[in-house]
Amino acid sequence: MHMAASPDKVGATGGAGNSSSIAETLAEFARRRKSFWIMASLAILFAVWEIAGRIPISFAFPTFFETVTAFAEMVSDGTLVRAYAITFQPLLLGITASAVLGIGLGIVMGLSDKAEWLLAPVFIVFQAAPMAALVPLVTFVYGIGLVAKTLAVIMLALPVIVLNSYKAIRHVNPSLVDMCRSFQGTRVQQICKIIIPDAAPVLFAGLRLGIAAGFIGVILAELLITPTGIGDLITYHRSIANYAHMYAAVASIIAVSTLTLTALQYVELRFLRPEKRRK
Amino acid sequence: MANPRLAPTAHPSGAASPDVIVEVRDICKHYNDVEALRDINLDFERGKLTTLLGPSGCGKTTLLKIIAGLVPATSGQIRINGKTVTGPGPERAFVFQDFALMPWATVLRNVAFGLELKGVPQAERNRTARHYIREVGLSGFEEKYPHELSGGMRQRVGIARAFSVNADVLLLDEPFSAVDEQNRRKFQEDLLQLVEKERKTFLFVTHSIEEAVYVSDRIVLLSPRPGRVSQIIEPAIDRSAAPDVIRRDKSYLDVVEEIWQGLRQYAE
Amino acid sequence: MKLFGFRIPMMASLVLWALVWEIVGRMDVIFLIPPMSSIISAGFGLVATGSWQSASLVTVRSFVLGMALAIAVGVPLGIAMGRFRIVDNIFGLWVNMFVSAPLSALVPILMILFGLGETTVVVTVFLFAVWIIVLDARAGVMQVPPSLIEMGRSYGASRFTIFTKIILLSALPEILAGIRIGLIRGVKGVVIGQILVSIIGYGELFELYSRSFDMERFWALTMILFAAAMLLSAVVEHFEKRIEYYAGAR
Repeated sequence: MHMAASPDKVGATGGAGNSSSIAETLAEFARRRKSFWIMASLAILFAVWEIAGRIPISFAFPTFFETVTAFAEMVSDGTLVRAYAITFQPLLLGITASAVLGIGLGIVMGLSDKAEWLLAPVFIVFQAAPMAALVPLVTFVYGIGLVAKTLAVIMLALPVIVLNSYKAIRHVNPSLVDMCRSFQGTRVQQICKIIIPDAAPVLFAGLRLGIAAGFIGVILAELLITPTGIGDLITYHRSIANYAHMYAAVASIIAVSTLTLTALQYVELRFLRPEKRRK
Repeated sequence: MANPRLAPTAHPSGAASPDVIVEVRDICKHYNDVEALRDINLDFERGKLTTLLGPSGCGKTTLLKIIAGLVPATSGQIRINGKTVTGPGPERAFVFQDFALMPWATVLRNVAFGLELKGVPQAERNRTARHYIREVGLSGFEEKYPHELSGGMRQRVGIARAFSVNADVLLLDEPFSAVDEQNRRKFQEDLLQLVEKERKTFLFVTHSIEEAVYVSDRIVLLSPRPGRVSQIIEPAIDRSAAPDVIRRDKSYLDVVEEIWQGLRQYAE
Repeated sequence: MKLFGFRIPMMASLVLWALVWEIVGRMDVIFLIPPMSSIISAGFGLVATGSWQSASLVTVRSFVLGMALAIAVGVPLGIAMGRFRIVDNIFGLWVNMFVSAPLSALVPILMILFGLGETTVVVTVFLFAVWIIVLDARAGVMQVPPSLIEMGRSYGASRFTIFTKIILLSALPEILAGIRIGLIRGVKGVVIGQILVSIIGYGELFELYSRSFDMERFWALTMILFAAAMLLSAVVEHFEKRIEYYAGAR
């Protein structure tokens, strides 16, 4: 359903013929290279941003260059790195816990009708629920520390991973399982040699979606429980009206999340399903 | 207008042939309210190739899977070498219509998979696998993956895999239906050679009349809804001739035509 | 457990869990989990209060406005992206980025740009819902079998006719699917928007109840909200299923 972000590089266009104009060369180049459009999209956005900031559409709207400067400043003096080091702790802990528990539960639910009946509706409810209302409840029991934030990540990532894992198991090619049975494979052999390898790419995709949910969870935690790391940067700069820095911090988390997910998608396409790789 | 070439064998209820390897007794199969098979009684001789032929809905694949032990019968018995069987067993090997190859494994691993499941050590099973990969004409493709092979080649991997486990009975479920016409003819000829060479018992399912007549020692015609045995035919065709000669032989064409006339009523 | 379809296991299993909740609540294990029965009675009491009714009004207003904008902008943009490569190339990057990005991070920015009021919430709902609507509209349009379009052309249909009579109808099930998911996301948007703004609508109520540890009303509100979201989604799904065959074999 979602487009795979695959920067196809179909070889550069050959040297333009003497008779082609600049515009034609550019058009041909544009048609062939996907990276051109990524650059163009970014360029258009940055230009619009810069102009909007100059008008200015709001006193609280910095220009693009102001934001970039603030970003560079925060990178060079280490504040950004330190902030991410803090923000990533509950994220990584929560994702790991969700992955282990989620895939495990997903496999059980995929293989057992009873487990599915019992657990699937619960996780479907959790996935659709507006977690923003429930995350603050965590503070009542676990305070405002690392545990609370890790729990917030788990609350958002676990349902996604569970549901995707169990669907992955259910959609295993039944012919392959039959084949294993026909050679008298035991149930354990069926699970380990056929079901899990066949489900592996979809399991990984589910993990990727879980990580996306994890990012959402950690940001909710920082905004709703207590700001640390990136959340702290955002709230602090907002409170002293350093809007360029605030925007830079927000943009950075969106960028980090996007880059992580794109990298995972690349790994998934390249290593897990060579036959589905786009040519 | 009985064709002398079509020698309908009598129902083998009493006198059994001397070397029967598969006995099908009173097999019935119901799916909820639908009766798929009714009172199937058949004997399959060792070393022969028998085809189950019929229009769609006659239950031929269902019957094949019941004999293989992949699908349980509602009632009745299957006996292999005299022993009743209820599930898959080492004396039977199945070749799937959609190939059922593991996309993440090489050709070598796929062919050796049956032996892998039995715990045969790697060196030995790879040796056996390589032998049969050569037999089906896929030498040099051992390290390729299924997605790099054509449909016909994938099916040969499936056949090599079935041979590797040294089963007595090979069951093939429309093995050539996903292959294009030119390759299909070639495969039929190759199959005949393999049958000659390996001396195993073959059970074959197809909906192609020509294919059935070309390869089979015996054809079991099934009629649909519910599946029943309607006729058993032994095409008396001289298979020592060259393939092209066989396909134009008068007796071959007569058998095909006779069967077609019999099945015509089931065409929608 | 025999599964007749999705609806029955969903309700049966949840009924079981509601019973478990009731028992756990009665055992007074933790104040966070009051018995289900007291939540339900609190719920009935809640809907009678004026504060809930006015909060609902505010919430529904923001939600409907945001969703309407998301659909009005998202569906045409998605269709344009599906039909015209150049639109796809320009917007593709952003749509794919924002559909899985942590959009909550943007809310503080929206708050300083649009103030601490309904506008922020409406924009939040819009931003949460629009991306998936765009993607699914695009997918729906791109999944139209080319042979259908060729058929139209071979019978002399104009581009406009092909668009309205073939492409739109064939893409409609997928467009509705996108709207359905967009609705769920929109609910998340309205909640996070209101909670962060925290002085209007349900956000205000959630804040109030959790501060005063009124867990019965808190959960009652959550469940009302959630039930409404699921109901909306089910309604759209009903229409989606009825016209599912428009897309042929998807």
